[in-house]
Amino acid sequence: MTASDRPLLDVEGLTISYRVGKTWLPAVRDFRLQLGAGEIIGLVGESGCGKSTVALALMHYLAGNGRVESGGKLHFAGEDLLAKSNADMRRLWAKRIKFVPQNASAALNPSIRIGKQVMEVLKASDGIEGAAAYESMIDMFHHVNLVDPERVAERYPHELSGGMQQRVTIAMALISNPELLIMDEPTTGLDVTTEAVILELVRDLIAQRDTGVIYITHNLGVVAQLCQRVLVLYAGEIMEEADVQALFEEPHHPYTLGLIGSVPKPGESKHTVRLQSISGNPPSLRRLPGGCVFAERCPLVVDLCRSDKPPLESLPGDRLVRCHRWEDVDAVVQPPSKSLPIAMEGDLPTPLSEVAPLSNGLGRASPITLMRVTDLQKQFPVAPTAREALRRIKPTPIRAVDGVDLQLRAGQTLGLVGESGSGKTTLARVIIGLQERSGGKLELLGMDVRNSVRERSEDVLSKLQMIFQNPQNSLNPYLSVRQAIVRPLIKLRGMAPAAADAEALTLLERVNLRAEYADRYPDELSGGEKQRVAIARAFASEPDLIICDEPVSALDVSVQAAVLNLLAQLQEEHDSAYLFISHNLSVVGYLADAIAVMYLGQLVEVGEARELFQPPYHPYTEALVSALPVADPTHKTERILLSDNLPSAQNLPSGCRFHTRCPRKIGAVCETDAPPWREGEAGHRIRCHIPLDELEALQSDLVLAGGSD
Amino acid sequence: MLHFLRRRFLFFFFTYLISSLTIFFLLRVLPGDPARVIAGGREATEEQVAEIREKLGLNAALPEQYLTWLGDFIGGDWGETIAFRGADNRDLILERTRNSARLAAVALLLSLPVSLALGIIAGLSENKLPDVIISLLTLSVVSLPEFVTGLFLINIVALRWGWFRASSAVPATASFGEMLPALWLPAFAATLTMLAYISRLTRAGVIEELKRDYVRTAALKGIAWRTVVWRHVLRNALLPTITVIAISISWLVSGMVVIEFVFGFPGLGSLLIAAIERRDLLLVQAIVMVTVTIILFSNLFADLAYALLNPRVELS
Amino acid sequence: MAGFRINEQEPRREDTGGRDEGENRSCPQTYQGRGESRLMPSSQISRSLVNLIRTLLRQPQSAVGTALALFFFLLALFGTQLAPYPNPNDQSHDVRQSPTLDFAKLQLGEHPFGTDRLGRDVYSRVILGASSIFRIAGLGTLVSVILGSALGLFMGYQGGWVDEILGRVIDATLAIPALLLALVLVGIIRNLDFEAGSWQAGLADNVVLLVIAVLYIPIVARVARSSTLDIRTREFVAAAEIRGESQAYIIFREILPSVIPSLVVEASLRFSYAIFLVASLGFLGFGARPPSPDWGLMVNENRGGFYQLTPWALEFPALAIAVLVIAVNLMSDGIRRAVQKGV
Repeated sequence: MTASDRPLLDVEGLTISYRVGKTWLPAVRDFRLQLGAGEIIGLVGESGCGKSTVALALMHYLAGNGRVESGGKLHFAGEDLLAKSNADMRRLWAKRIKFVPQNASAALNPSIRIGKQVMEVLKASDGIEGAAAYESMIDMFHHVNLVDPERVAERYPHELSGGMQQRVTIAMALISNPELLIMDEPTTGLDVTTEAVILELVRDLIAQRDTGVIYITHNLGVVAQLCQRVLVLYAGEIMEEADVQALFEEPHHPYTLGLIGSVPKPGESKHTVRLQSISGNPPSLRRLPGGCVFAERCPLVVDLCRSDKPPLESLPGDRLVRCHRWEDVDAVVQPPSKSLPIAMEGDLPTPLSEVAPLSNGLGRASPITLMRVTDLQKQFPVAPTAREALRRIKPTPIRAVDGVDLQLRAGQTLGLVGESGSGKTTLARVIIGLQERSGGKLELLGMDVRNSVRERSEDVLSKLQMIFQNPQNSLNPYLSVRQAIVRPLIKLRGMAPAAADAEALTLLERVNLRAEYADRYPDELSGGEKQRVAIARAFASEPDLIICDEPVSALDVSVQAAVLNLLAQLQEEHDSAYLFISHNLSVVGYLADAIAVMYLGQLVEVGEARELFQPPYHPYTEALVSALPVADPTHKTERILLSDNLPSAQNLPSGCRFHTRCPRKIGAVCETDAPPWREGEAGHRIRCHIPLDELEALQSDLVLAGGSD
Repeated sequence: MLHFLRRRFLFFFFTYLISSLTIFFLLRVLPGDPARVIAGGREATEEQVAEIREKLGLNAALPEQYLTWLGDFIGGDWGETIAFRGADNRDLILERTRNSARLAAVALLLSLPVSLALGIIAGLSENKLPDVIISLLTLSVVSLPEFVTGLFLINIVALRWGWFRASSAVPATASFGEMLPALWLPAFAATLTMLAYISRLTRAGVIEELKRDYVRTAALKGIAWRTVVWRHVLRNALLPTITVIAISISWLVSGMVVIEFVFGFPGLGSLLIAAIERRDLLLVQAIVMVTVTIILFSNLFADLAYALLNPRVELS
Repeated sequence: MAGFRINEQEPRREDTGGRDEGENRSCPQTYQGRGESRLMPSSQISRSLVNLIRTLLRQPQSAVGTALALFFFLLALFGTQLAPYPNPNDQSHDVRQSPTLDFAKLQLGEHPFGTDRLGRDVYSRVILGASSIFRIAGLGTLVSVILGSALGLFMGYQGGWVDEILGRVIDATLAIPALLLALVLVGIIRNLDFEAGSWQAGLADNVVLLVIAVLYIPIVARVARSSTLDIRTREFVAAAEIRGESQAYIIFREILPSVIPSLVVEASLRFSYAIFLVASLGFLGFGARPPSPDWGLMVNENRGGFYQLTPWALEFPALAIAVLVIAVNLMSDGIRRAVQKGV
């Protein structure tokens, strides 16, 4: 903690309850926190653990169905917030305590111009209006790097990009020079490149002031890169608190350990490490366990944990932990592997042997080309404007996928990465046949594949399957798990109902779900369980290729790891190929054998996965890699910050499509000529005007992982 | 803006086309001979029927009949009435439309402020006492059929208690000033019908907007809750109400048929019923076309107003 | 993760952590924690139906509304058994007798609602009138909901130009107010004289029912279409398409169950409007013909000068209409709330 006589924010024994029906349920219990001026504390936890509840309670702003239980202490700069009236709180909110919300586009009033909304803050905080307010707003907009601030002020929120909206909310929070800033997942939902820019901005702005910041996030990488101190929250209780270095180096709580282990680090791959995952689900607020809240999911659990609630113990080195067995956690952790030799996956106990890394898949890399995609095109027509209609001009269509060539080898994973809007999901939907392609060729095992699913033979259908992003939507709420899995068995494998029933149970076991899950309905399953059912359904037809469209991005990290492990394991067993689409580079790097990077409908880089985190990179890949928030505070990279103005797919830039944002643009040639494919080693290809060796020299300091071993 | 306008107007004309087709063909395609209906049913002689058929041009092909009829309507030639001997349909309809418009104007002036206020109060106090009372009221008393409330107003309020005039049967040519005393009760009946509808939509709008994140943002700016509601919430919640006004005009039109009938008011609605009863098909068609025209124009204006006021509608 | 699995409403300001959004919210059909409903793993739809009724009866307003509507429904079913004088046109009584109903003593008397100017028992006529309003409004609604849903499901799933054109036509027909169209249609058809027993005469007799069905088809279709469009984008539909399922299978097995809640809401709303419409048409003289015991018609026949003589002959049928309309309104509002809350 930064030296300071009295902490800016001093919280002790805070319990926050919500009224549900007629009872009050304590959503957050016994919360404590000490924040000094100029300090950034990270509050980490998975969804539903009470992070946002804490955020609003710290602002003393709870909905009518929420309350802070008596007996807690909430002091801000020596003043007791809990004793303050609403009017007093309003004065504090106006000037000294500010909140940056999660979803900026929802947090701004859609029908009021940006400028007016920002100046409203100045009026409330300092009574400044008119020209003076306008001036200081424009000044603030410059500070948050909003391009053309005068025009931004004239805009309505929906006319700005997500990154710009978030800059506006940050500007709104900082314009009154607050002493305390509470940020609730301000970068969640933004692209990794935009996230990097916002994080950089927050870090710079805070460094210039003496503001104390509480930064709430589910992303350990963000915490590692931004915060000085970390609180880990689980099921409404603090599990552990420590300085960021100490926490990542030597986690004392099994939950923290599980969280850190469940995120793949750059350079880790399915061939070298199995991810740590945490089994089970968080407890229900209605039935909180008497002992430790984490006991049910803890690999180190002993009887004591179930009977006695562990206290929040103070440890040397200014850290706190709530665990009966924290000393044992230290003992089991053997740096540098930082992995528990204990099965933590799924609901079925996994034998130890299966936790070992998979055999090196490269050895059995099959030379068979499973699927070949040639010059694939997908255009969406655009309705003509009045003028175009009058002059009979056909408007330029949106070129979502524009000439993609890909090859997938049997039994291998091809990772496809890119920002949102890059066309990766469209590509997936065209390949699977949910959307018809506008041009190009698709071959599966040498056979031509028809355009749409309706025209494809059952043989082709059964060979191609898909796993979707949102487990909430990928299962029909009115069909039981059994019905969902049996259907493809009957339809695509021609099984008799009885045989299909039996096979469904086998498939459930494959995805580590007990047989009793067969009769459950989706609303009785957690997100991770739903996704496992969806995986079982996809594997039912014994496909050769499964397209995975962001299959883990809707899941919490601890669950994400279990699903990734499962995918890797099933691939090993069934020899299926994956086209794995994700915006998350570390996830792709972990699971993929080969990687393709997509930008505005085209591929810009293709290569083996181990090449991903080392030069030469395509300048776009380089930006993506450098933006990656790595869950390791010792890791420092020079971030390459891209502007968050992604050109529209209807009005594509000439020459190299990336030239409008490229930090390595060499000159006019980038604007006029389409760049050539440059061939590197082992099939590595980069589409850039800069030769590979020059790129490599420029990028030599950005090595996230030694890939070649 | 151009694109938006173009789409709106295209839809307007398309709707006009479809509804005119509906109106025209419904009366032609139905079993039975319109000429015979007009001539007076089974008692009419063949000669009478043939004469009417000739007069109305019913011997031409259907598409030709439709085009002639639509052309005549747009050109202002709405034919002569059979039911109201000798009068020109257009004069008759315009006069009655003016009367109905007066009634509608009084009804809107009475109902809009009240129903908006009730809706806002209910929305701001979701599930609390004021909301419960208002929603019970709008679900029960206020949503009764117009003839039930109308008869209550006539028989109890006017005749028994002696408030307002019981009968609204004024001369169709009366001036607004002369008509006004007879307008209160029917307008009140119409108000009740709309009250339920508009206040419930307003309530839903307020509740929906109150849940949005920007309300929290505004409140955490440290401005008073009253300001948050007025400046932030209502601005967004009341925008859809503009379209509601247009919808309520079509609502009013239906309600007014019954209300005018109950109160004996010489408006478009009572004219329609008389025309149907007297089998004056041409008059019926013209009345329905006029009504549809009014509704379509009010929808068009509401859409344009909404688009102008709502920055979220892409005008480019 | 499923978060804390808080039942009923989620606390308003609980985490909705961005990407994890949706995970937190329980599925619309969830009633976790009320374990009893999970005992029978029969069909998810019947489970939601049971929950719907349970929620409906839990709120006092909708419970009262449902009970009253049920009461009228029983009257409609067993009217002839319940009415003291099963022939509605039995004119054998003295004319203009005052009601003998005595609330204080809980006695009905000989003519609880009095007799009208023709000497008919108003009480019996009100009871007997229930069946026609239920038959016309109920069957009309049923037909429109079935056909309208089929049309809407088809349009929503098919998409493309078929949907575009049908959708525009529906929007256009909706520009004409329902009551106006009904009046014109009913008025014209009723004025046509047909051979007794011919199909045209049968049509003319049921014209109100048919008009209700026809008028509400586009409205129901629009609702079904928009919720189909919403469900269609769900990934389980894509999963079915990838399996090569037929269109019929996808529409009826995958999409329809999720559309049913909004159809139930719409059906109850349509029913309440249909009752309103039947009563109004009857009152305007465009419904049942005299001397049927139609409530609207009875109100119309006894207004004006007759009201002074036999106010009860107007008041009781008007009261019946009022109570039924309110009851059905309360019930359909309860259904809407229950479905929105997520049964």
